[in-house]
Amino acid sequence: MNVNKIALVGNPNTGKTSLFNALTGLNQQVGNFPGVTVDKKVGKLKLSNRSIEIIDLPGTYSIYPRSKDEEVVYDILSNPKHPDFPDAVCVVVDASNLERNLLLFTQIYALAIPIVLVLNMSDIAFRKGKKILVEKLQEEFPEATIIETNARIKSGVKQLMDTLDAGNLVRHRSPKVLIAKEDVLTQQKDTEQKFQEINALIKKCVLQDNSTQTRRKVTRLDTLFVHPIWGYSIFLVILLALFQLIFTLASFPMDLIDSLFGSLSAYLHGVLPAGMFTELLANGIIPGIGGVIIFVPQIVLLFFFIGILEETGYMSRVVFIMDRIMRPFGLNGKSVVPLLSSAACAIPGVMASRTISNWKERLITILVAPLMSCSARIPVYTLLISLVIPNRLVFGFLNLQGLTFFGLYALGIISALLVSVVLRMFIKTKEESVLLLELPDLKSPRWKNVGITVFDKARLFLVGAGKIIVAISIVLWALGTFGPTERIQNAVQKIEKPTNNNAVQLAAYEKQVNAVKFENSYIGILGKTIEPAIKPLGYDWKIGISLITSFAAREVFVGSMATIYSVDADGEETRSLLEKMKQEKNSDGQPVYTLASGLSLMVFYVYAMQCMATFAVVKRETKSWKWPIIQLLYMGVMAYVSSWIIFQIFS
Amino acid sequence: MKQTLATSERGKILHVQSVHTSAISAKLIEMGLYVGQEVEILFSAPFGDPIAVNVGGYVLSLRLNEAALIEVA
Repeated sequence: MNVNKIALVGNPNTGKTSLFNALTGLNQQVGNFPGVTVDKKVGKLKLSNRSIEIIDLPGTYSIYPRSKDEEVVYDILSNPKHPDFPDAVCVVVDASNLERNLLLFTQIYALAIPIVLVLNMSDIAFRKGKKILVEKLQEEFPEATIIETNARIKSGVKQLMDTLDAGNLVRHRSPKVLIAKEDVLTQQKDTEQKFQEINALIKKCVLQDNSTQTRRKVTRLDTLFVHPIWGYSIFLVILLALFQLIFTLASFPMDLIDSLFGSLSAYLHGVLPAGMFTELLANGIIPGIGGVIIFVPQIVLLFFFIGILEETGYMSRVVFIMDRIMRPFGLNGKSVVPLLSSAACAIPGVMASRTISNWKERLITILVAPLMSCSARIPVYTLLISLVIPNRLVFGFLNLQGLTFFGLYALGIISALLVSVVLRMFIKTKEESVLLLELPDLKSPRWKNVGITVFDKARLFLVGAGKIIVAISIVLWALGTFGPTERIQNAVQKIEKPTNNNAVQLAAYEKQVNAVKFENSYIGILGKTIEPAIKPLGYDWKIGISLITSFAAREVFVGSMATIYSVDADGEETRSLLEKMKQEKNSDGQPVYTLASGLSLMVFYVYAMQCMATFAVVKRETKSWKWPIIQLLYMGVMAYVSSWIIFQIFS
Repeated sequence: MKQTLATSERGKILHVQSVHTSAISAKLIEMGLYVGQEVEILFSAPFGDPIAVNVGGYVLSLRLNEAALIEVA
């Protein structure tokens, strides 16, 4: 029988993903199973004259689902009519821990689907003094093809490929039917029964060399990582180093991307005939794409480091020591990774919450993740801080501007925790909160896995967030370019055109015209319309416009301000934007940007969910409109009220 | 009161006597905590919760309220 479709199943931490990567390389596609949020990873195994489709099913300890996401495995394997029902199943087991791993295998073996038993990590089993008698195991499971592999060093992978290619996998028993999904009691009895059988089987099939220390000693590193003082200190130092590294290393490619897209726009302006299409391309699409790509370096670096921390097994220790601290807030130790990721970008952060099996804890994590200050807020913070916060020292050594910057980050983190407490009271669930988590042995990372993770995340960001950011950039460009024709013409005519051909004056005139056009475009009108609503926060219509354009991505604030104040925003010219903003006066002659309005605006940017890409991702991850709308509203209200309070206090 | 994993000493070799019926008992058993399994508490997080337990050769972390469901001796 020809095998065309194979499902890969196994416990978490068995090297299943490594094996999947070894078999398929980069021929992978990530999709979604209907109804659940686990990634559906499908890869192609290229053979000499054909290819086999391999589905990497979510890691699970039992075929009976204990979380919504694990249902996928049950649903597919119990239903031969399922579109993803495989021709054969490959069960990957950790050879060093056969007992627990064989549970899932024996459950699936009973289904009588052609089956391959992959004894992975045989090297670790050997080190633990275990010798698996494969012939004996074969006698117990005559219809399974048994292969020993070590996906880390790729041994056995070729043999596995050949087996799958040959396809002479047998099946001549009648399958047993699985116990109903809801009948947990019968499942429990069945599991206990199976473990008795497995125990008897292991006595026959595994030789234990007792001279090797078999019981796992607590390693010195583990003692250090979970130590009340050292554990947290190490985590803190790793965090600081991580973000320091990310921001330092990413700044170079980010500047490069920025100037590249800037010059591309300018170049297109130069070579293409003037007109609407050129405008759309040079001012709408290109900056929109640039605004997406610019975040890629940070995202790649962040997931590179997180990937290493996860691959080595360190992250599970972090979850272990953070769980007790996060619990009172309605969060889980596993919330640490999503919140951490959100400090670069909420989109991968929200997606990283998938590891939290408890729906309530996962939902709370998703809802508060965008309160962590993401990298798109940095340019806004930087501009506003240099605008209204004096550059001087407090207490003799702390830079006030730096302190404010740190304060905004802290405000985000503290607010995220406080909001969690509140949400905890409102979101109800029957599901019990659990932290049954395997702590895998600490080991050196497999770079290929780290690489593929990074590649996956970058792709998810580009595809998921990218198209939304680009689409919104185009819409905003249109709203900022078009407006009531007469209104724009009238406004432009009022500007005095220089009579001589002085290039400097002409350029200044051009910029003024652009500013006036922008002011009278639909977006300008919109900004003026919302002015009464944002006046109590200390903002004028110009800020109003920038608040609206920020919905593409927050850092667009700076670009919009530059257009409104008719200056170039790039590079050293930021100085001139700052000067203009400082001189800006209200109708009553007071400066617009005071300490009060500046702080109010900063707080607004900490809280408001001005990111449509995050909105879309939350909608996708929660499978409803309800939660992203609630999130948009609660963050909006929080932003408005807090900014108002701040403005009232400081003015 | 019977001894549970939540009230046991670290470093002692114990055996699971019973698993209290609860919403997660099936899950606990699937993770290897069936009656007769050898277990040993290896270390605990700061604040004493969660704990890390050797379950027949691998390390499982569980919260104290989860550990309290496992009777041991």
